[in-house]
Amino acid sequence: MNSHELLGQLRVTPVDQMGVIDRIARIKSRSIKKEAKLSGLEKVLSMIDLTTLEGADTENKVRQLSYKAMHLHDGYDGLPTVAAICVYPTMIKVAKQTLAGSGVKVASVATYFPSGQADMDVKIAETRYAIEEGADEVDMVISRGKFLEGEYNYVLDEIIGINELCHAHDVRLKVILETGELGSLDEVRRASDIALLANPDFIKTSTGKISQAANMHVTLVMLQAIRDHFDRTGVQVGMKPAGGISDSKSALHYLRMVKEILGEEWLTNEWFRFGASRLANEVLMQIIKQETGSYQAAQYFSKD
Amino acid sequence: MSRLNIQKTYKLFIGGKFPRTESGRSYSIENDKGALIANMCHASRKDFRNSVVVARKAQAGWAGKTAFNRSQILYRLAEMLEARSASFSEEIQLLGSSKSDADKEVVDAIDTLVYYAGWCDKYTALFSSVNPTASAHFNFTVHEPTGVVAAVAPEQNGLLGLVQIIAPIICGGNTTVVLASNTMGTSAISFAEVVQNSDVPGGVINILTGVMSELTPHMASHMDVNALVIARIGLSDESRDAVIENVKRFADWSTSEVDSNPYRILDFQEAKSTWHPVQTSTGGVSGY
Repeated sequence: MNSHELLGQLRVTPVDQMGVIDRIARIKSRSIKKEAKLSGLEKVLSMIDLTTLEGADTENKVRQLSYKAMHLHDGYDGLPTVAAICVYPTMIKVAKQTLAGSGVKVASVATYFPSGQADMDVKIAETRYAIEEGADEVDMVISRGKFLEGEYNYVLDEIIGINELCHAHDVRLKVILETGELGSLDEVRRASDIALLANPDFIKTSTGKISQAANMHVTLVMLQAIRDHFDRTGVQVGMKPAGGISDSKSALHYLRMVKEILGEEWLTNEWFRFGASRLANEVLMQIIKQETGSYQAAQYFSKD
Repeated sequence: MSRLNIQKTYKLFIGGKFPRTESGRSYSIENDKGALIANMCHASRKDFRNSVVVARKAQAGWAGKTAFNRSQILYRLAEMLEARSASFSEEIQLLGSSKSDADKEVVDAIDTLVYYAGWCDKYTALFSSVNPTASAHFNFTVHEPTGVVAAVAPEQNGLLGLVQIIAPIICGGNTTVVLASNTMGTSAISFAEVVQNSDVPGGVINILTGVMSELTPHMASHMDVNALVIARIGLSDESRDAVIENVKRFADWSTSEVDSNPYRILDFQEAKSTWHPVQTSTGGVSGY
């Protein structure tokens, strides 16, 4: 089916904004304690895409972060590694070398991250470069400008093109909607539905490069889109909220939300990720607090 | 026309805001005749934890201000308190103090703030030193703030006791989470209103009300608290052990009356010594 036919299937699903706010408030009002909290926190760690996407990134910064991904806190036995390291394409090689044999994946952003303002050929070329460098996963951005112009065909064609390229090489694809630039929850739902038509492996909230990054409200809307897509087609798509999630309590709220809307099958790092850098240490501090009873200080944890 | 009195809700002071305790608990303060004066927030360990987070965030900025600027801000605290001295005196009298005692407590609190305002840009000159060495080096010792200080104010003198413990802490560039008097904490929370009007950045001074035995174990064991000062009898042995466990600075001010002197600032300072080679110009004989 081409993109015209696919878009023809698209049904507009209006979002009940007050309902979303109400539901989030209820999810947040529940607290998770003791053993459930501890196992939840360890799960959060295993779902993190430890991220560095700065102009100032150096190879040694990426090596350091990769080492951190494998050794989150060696003073505490039995911790998982994070799911992946997320870097720019030029840093894939050094991350792959450092992470060799650890099971930690290397994700790379591509398609002119973060703006996505480039020609389709350039985006394909960059994605191909990332794949050739050895990326296990590619995080692409959609063309928000085209989306806001109503050029949904263009947006979908791009996703389909990149998706085919990735899947031909056994690389998993995450599609970044950059929800902070879309304007409303209705538009978030529409962008999610369009991206899902291409059957990517994940849809992802944000680049982390603008101030309105992931929040529970947009994540809820995207999870519902994934749910509806799964019910309609049977294709499982993962979710990755990224940016702005920096404390362990909200991370647990996200898990709760995934469990409620998508169910247990999504609660693994194959289908759910957090794009974060500060979150890992916050979660580690909570885990050590659970163990020792004392609140922890950032200075006793490795920098990332 | 009869009118309903508007009673003040005494809340906590955390990060420059006045939240209620997250625990939802409260306790009552009564005067010496048993009449209800106020309902106070009964702060929990989570309120304390939240306070430490904001105190930690504020610390570098506060320490990074010039000493003279910190001095101005402490003086501003005194100015604001002076302007409200009558209402503070009345508030203290409600708890049973005579007018002359209450007036004196307010004046002493103002004077304490002015006293430490003066010390902000002078204590380093007093305590720093150039140390003797056996080589061609200078060796300096200078003082730096310890960091985040948890404090338990005296039970007596709700206002003066609080000010006497806060002023030397913040004078030296530290931030603080202080537990105010349990039975006389009304004026401590009113003092928070003074703090909020005095250009003290949010998070530098955080004031809780509640029960000492409940909060001190967490003050002692919290790894992100660099120092603990107690101006009230009753710290448990377990808490003393916890302080040792995580090598906190510890100051026990509970055994004698708290006075104003610059050595109180030194309780929350770390000494740093630096070596520097002496520049010598050999053969520099005058050409004249």
